[in-house]
Amino acid sequence: MDNKILKLKRTANDIRIGAVEAVYNAKSGHPGGALSSADIFACLYFSELRINPESPKDPDRDRFVLSKGHSCPGLYSALAHRGYFDVAELKGFRHLGSFLQGHPDMKGIKGIDMSAGSLGQGFSCACGMALAGKIDNKDYRVYTLIGDGESQEGQIWEAIMFASHYKLDNLCLIIDNNGLQIDGKVADVMNTMPYESKLEAFGWNVVSIDGHDIEAILGAFDTARATKGKSTAIVAKTIKGKGVSFMENEAGWHGKAPNDAEYAQAMAELNELAKNLK
Amino acid sequence: MADKIATREAYGNALAELGSKYENLVVLDADLAAATKTGIFKKKFPERFFDCGIAENNMFGVAAGLSTTGKIPFASTFAMFAAGRSFDQIRNSIGYPHLNVKIGATHAGITVGEDGASHQCNEDIALMRTIPGMVILNPADAVEARCAVEAAIKHEGPVYMRFGRLAVSVINDTPDYKFEIGKGILLAEGTDVTIVATGIMVEQALIAREMLEADGISASVVNIHTIKPLDKELIIACAQQTGAIVTSEEHNIIGGLGSAVCECLAGVCPVPVVRHGVEDTFGKSAPAKELLEYYGLNANGIVERAKRAISMKH
Repeated sequence: MDNKILKLKRTANDIRIGAVEAVYNAKSGHPGGALSSADIFACLYFSELRINPESPKDPDRDRFVLSKGHSCPGLYSALAHRGYFDVAELKGFRHLGSFLQGHPDMKGIKGIDMSAGSLGQGFSCACGMALAGKIDNKDYRVYTLIGDGESQEGQIWEAIMFASHYKLDNLCLIIDNNGLQIDGKVADVMNTMPYESKLEAFGWNVVSIDGHDIEAILGAFDTARATKGKSTAIVAKTIKGKGVSFMENEAGWHGKAPNDAEYAQAMAELNELAKNLK
Repeated sequence: MADKIATREAYGNALAELGSKYENLVVLDADLAAATKTGIFKKKFPERFFDCGIAENNMFGVAAGLSTTGKIPFASTFAMFAAGRSFDQIRNSIGYPHLNVKIGATHAGITVGEDGASHQCNEDIALMRTIPGMVILNPADAVEARCAVEAAIKHEGPVYMRFGRLAVSVINDTPDYKFEIGKGILLAEGTDVTIVATGIMVEQALIAREMLEADGISASVVNIHTIKPLDKELIIACAQQTGAIVTSEEHNIIGGLGSAVCECLAGVCPVPVVRHGVEDTFGKSAPAKELLEYYGLNANGIVERAKRAISMKH
C-alpha cells in the first residue's frame, strides 16, 4: 500500500480512538457520526487543508466548518493529533473547566473556524467564508461537512442555492451519508435521498464515493479543486459507528457513551485495527 | 425642523455614505433591498452587495461567515424576519461566537401599517435582548439612525439596529447632539416624573412633556437609543430625582424597553414604573398614523401614564 494512504488510515484510526475516549470520559456525546466521519477528518487535516497549527488564524488558510457539530469528538481528535492542542485534553470533553465544549466553539478552541451545533447553520457560514474569498480574490478553500439527517433542515437547501448562484467553486461540501439519524433510518424518518440528482439540479458538481476509502476521498478533493465555476459536493457513503463493531449501523449509537465493558471492547477492536495498519 | 424621513431611508443613505470610508463593509439583503433601502448602497457599490433571495436564515449564516474573514457585513430584512424567523441563526451563528455582524432590521413595530400583523414586529427587542453580548440600537430619527450605523461599524461585535418604515420628524439636528452606544440622552429635566422613550416615541415624549407642563407637571425626558447595554446610571439617577417613570416604545410592553427599565430599577431604586407600548396584542392593517392612534402610541398615551405613575408615588 502507498505509504501516504497507509499513514492516513492509521491517522483515521487514531482519530477514532481519541473520539471514543472523549465520549467515554464525558459519559455523553455522539460517537456514531464522529466515527463515520473519521476518514474524512484524517484526509482533510493531514492532507487536503492548507493549514498551520502554529498560525490558526492565518487569513489565507483553508477553512473547515463542521456543520454537523455533534460529530466534534472526531474533529477534536483530529485537531489534537494535528497539533492544535494536546491529545490528553480530549479527556476533558464536555467537562466543566475544559475548553472542549459539547459542540464546536470557535472562541475557545484553537483550530475551530466556526461554532456550530444547531443543525443547518454551519454550511451557510462556510458559504460566507467562501464568498469573502471571492470578494478578496484569495485562493483559500472552504470545506464543510454536513450530515444526511441534517440535510432535512431547509437552511441546507438555501445554502445549496446560494453557493450555486454565486458560483462558489472555492467551496466543497461533504455529506456524511451514513443513512442513520436519531429516530432511525434517514430513508424512514424523512427521506433526503438521492443527493446526486438534487444537487446537480441545483447546479452543483457532484462526486459520489465510499467515505471510508482514503484514495477515493483524496481523489474527490482533487476533483473539487479542479472544478471551476461551480461548487462541488462529495456524497460520502459511510457507516455510522465505523470501526467499532457493535456501534456500526446502529442508530442507537448516535448520541450515547459506551459503558466500561463497551469501552474496553471498542478500544480492543480499534487497537487491533491499528496493529494491522503497521 | 427638517422634512420627515424614515429611519430606514437614513439607514440606506448611511450605508452608501460610509461604504467609501469603510472598505470592509458589505451588505446582504433578502429580496427587500427596495424596502430596507440597502438598494441605495447596492447602486453605489454593486460589487459589495449580495442578494441572498428570500432565505433569511442562510443570509445570517453567510453574514457570520463573512465576518470571520474581517468583513463587516450588514444583513438586512424586516425585523419580523430577522429577530423573528432567524432567532436561532442570530443566537447560535452570530451571538454565541460574538461575531462582528450588523443586523439592519427595518419595518419594526406597527408603523409597518397596511401589511398588517404578520409583518408588524413588536417582539424583536424582547428577543434580541436575551442574547448575551448583543447590542440593540433603536434610533429616534434620521440623524440618530446615521450615527447608529457608524457606531455599529466601529463597535466590535454583533449589533441589532431597529429601523422604521414611517417617515418621522427629525428631532436630533442640534449642534450638541452626540451619539454613544450605551449612553441615553437627557433631553429635558423635570422633577415629577421621567419619560424614558425609545425610537419614534421620543418625539411623542417631548410633546407629552409640554402637555404635562400645561397641567403643572414637570417631566424629564430621556432618549434611550441603546436598549442594550442599557444606560442604567442615567435611568437610576432619573428615578431617584423624579420618583416615577413612564417608559414608551413602539413594541410589546412585554420584554422591551419597559421591561429593561423595570429590571434595572428593581432592587436598586424601585419607583413606580408604568409601561407604555403595544399592550400584548397583535397589530392590524391600516395606515401607520391611524394605527398609532388606535393603539394609543401617542403623547396622550404618555400623559395619561405619567399621571398614573405620579399618583402611585409614596
